Amino acid sequence: MDASNPATALAIDETAEAEGRVKIMARGVNVWYGDTHAIKDVSVDILDRTVTAFIGPSGCGKSTFLRCLNRMNDTIDVARVTGEIRLDGEDIYAPGVDPVQLRARVGMVFQKPNPFPKSIYDNVAYGPRIHGLARTRADLDRIVEDSLRRAALWDEVKDRLNEPGTGLSGGQQQRLCIARAIATSPEVLLMDEPASALDPIATAQIEELIDELRENFSVVIVTHSMQQAARVSQRTAFFHLGELVEFGETPQIFTNPRDPRTESYITGRIG
Amino acid sequence: MTDTTPTLHGIARPSAQEAARHLARRKRRQRRLVAYGLAAIAFAFLMLAILVGSLVVSGAKAFVQTHVTLEVFVDPAEIRADRLPRGGFKDVLQAALQKQIPGIEDRKDAKRLLGILSNGAQFMLRDMVVADPSLIGETIKLTVPVSDPYDQLAKGEIDPETPEEFRRLKDDEIAWFRTLEEKGLVSMPFNWALFTNADSRFPELAGLKGALMGSFWALLVCFVISFPLGIGAAIYLEEFGRKNRVADIIEVNINNLAAVPSVVFGLLALAVFLGWFGLPRSAPLVGGMTLALMTLPTIIIATRAALKAVPPSIREAALGVGASNQQVVFHHVLPLAMPGILTGTIIGLAQALGETAPLLLIGMNAFITSAPASPMDAATALPTQIFIWADSPERGFVARTSAAILVLLGFLIAMNALAIFLRARFERKW
Ligand SMILES: Nc1ncnc2c1ncn2[C@@H]1O[C@H](COP(=O)(O)OP(=O)(O)OP(=O)(O)O)[C@@H](O)[C@H]1O
Ligand SMILES: [Mg+2]
Repeated sequence: MDASNPATALAIDETAEAEGRVKIMARGVNVWYGDTHAIKDVSVDILDRTVTAFIGPSGCGKSTFLRCLNRMNDTIDVARVTGEIRLDGEDIYAPGVDPVQLRARVGMVFQKPNPFPKSIYDNVAYGPRIHGLARTRADLDRIVEDSLRRAALWDEVKDRLNEPGTGLSGGQQQRLCIARAIATSPEVLLMDEPASALDPIATAQIEELIDELRENFSVVIVTHSMQQAARVSQRTAFFHLGELVEFGETPQIFTNPRDPRTESYITGRIG
Repeated sequence: MTDTTPTLHGIARPSAQEAARHLARRKRRQRRLVAYGLAAIAFAFLMLAILVGSLVVSGAKAFVQTHVTLEVFVDPAEIRADRLPRGGFKDVLQAALQKQIPGIEDRKDAKRLLGILSNGAQFMLRDMVVADPSLIGETIKLTVPVSDPYDQLAKGEIDPETPEEFRRLKDDEIAWFRTLEEKGLVSMPFNWALFTNADSRFPELAGLKGALMGSFWALLVCFVISFPLGIGAAIYLEEFGRKNRVADIIEVNINNLAAVPSVVFGLLALAVFLGWFGLPRSAPLVGGMTLALMTLPTIIIATRAALKAVPPSIREAALGVGASNQQVVFHHVLPLAMPGILTGTIIGLAQALGETAPLLLIGMNAFITSAPASPMDAATALPTQIFIWADSPERGFVARTSAAILVLLGFLIAMNALAIFLRARFERKW
């Protein structure tokens, strides 16, 4: 590790590490898509019960890095990941690790809404079903209702749970995907621009949800909205051209950035 | 519009005439393209109409069959209950005809008179009497098919104007038949025998039941083998197999396999299934196995295309909630791909139904007078039956060949319509 790199130094919160609050620890992560070097030597600590925001210009690798955290990049043939990522101290890229088990613990909401072409109920119930989280039908009903309520969708769909999820509007679909992701009670929830298709009211509801989730889980959110990052996150990471430029407490990043690139981005000069 | 402001790039806009000319040219091109398309479709339809039209014209007559109804006295002197199933059934029928057309004393003429009836008539009578021996001594009304030449006569295929020596029926024979017609004994009902009888040397008795059952068994075997194997192979290649050189080679070879001429598969089946495994000749089981070889690549290709068409976002969504690869495929991808898979399968089976060459090679063009009760029994199939009939010299088989082709086309159209229906009903827009 390069101690002279201020970003690296900042990204690793030694006090948090000492207190055992680090949920995900990434060290020297590199990602290549074929010959494209998309993530360059990124080291980050994601803390438990904390919302971490990833910000940065389009194409800088936010989604790519996020997908490393639950090994979704395994599904892309050309993608190659090196470095070390530990969840609760266990290396998630170790040979014995089953990515399926990992993804049950690290849930994901994708950039584009992708509900299953099944009923709304089945969309939410799918995860709990395959992981055996509900012993009875009543349990499952409760999980579905609770997840939909938390995702601020329940009132809109409670009368048509058997209609296809693909028949909802774009914003409703995204909230359905959020409900689907939290139905399995993941320990970490990765959200890739969850609010990009939502109106301000639904956005506020989702932000409320994120705040609620923080009581039990760790949330990582990618966003293009500085305001959103400032509102919901405690810690913010700024990516630029595949590098982690700056990582720290959200108020500090927004009021007193150390790197000139961070400053120009949050003030709207790099975009 | 009199837009004289320059474009974004500072170039003067085209003048009104230039713009009009440009538009006219574009419209002309589009009209020409539409005209070509319409002409192509019209040509295809014309060809189809000619094909089906000529088949209908020549085949329609095979869908009816001339019958004659006789009062038959089941003479106890000729037919005795203790001798059944033997007895003078021919003589009884001959007597019944002689009663209708009196004045024939010569034995030779009487024999020719019996020639009006199909050769199968005596067996029909025999079967009736064997089934119910109390008919002996009774007079019964019997409706039996007439033999092929008289059937042709009734259908106007024999011209009484041609000189007698070039005609299949002599003047007196035509006169006898006319007498029967005048007495109202001749009828021409729908030819159910075409579907309920197996093959026969006599056109008036020949039917497609053997061929239909043979095709049914062969297609069933073909489906049972190629559907699971094809889907399994496609799922493995598409979802689980590594994408490397070996996969590329397999892919190329599957595509090649789909293009191999069917006669080659027939030779392969002859050598392997009959030669090495010693399976029976002419059996629909072997026919189905051979057709499965040909259908397999079609199903694999269709299944892979259908699997590929399922958007990756669905797979990601399922993986994202912690589904295993196998769960992703069986819970999400396969159900979404099913309509496409079924469509491809039905089209593959329709091809198999019409396939002739490989079946000829494994002997499914044998002359077999009973319908197969199992896939192990010797049988023909629809296309090979057409082949056999087209090769038969009797006049009556000409119309029957066309009729059999129409039946085959009917099945093909029905299967393809089902495929289109499935596609339209379950197709998904993403
Ligand atoms: N599947 C892929 N194959 C090849 N290259 C990819 C792939 N996905 C992303 N990339 C490349 O990796 C880089 C980072 O992409 P990524 O999607 O992580 O950006 P992002 O920060 O999420 O951008 P945005 O804000 O627009 O979503 C880009 O240069 C992109 O072209
Ligand atoms: Mg992205």
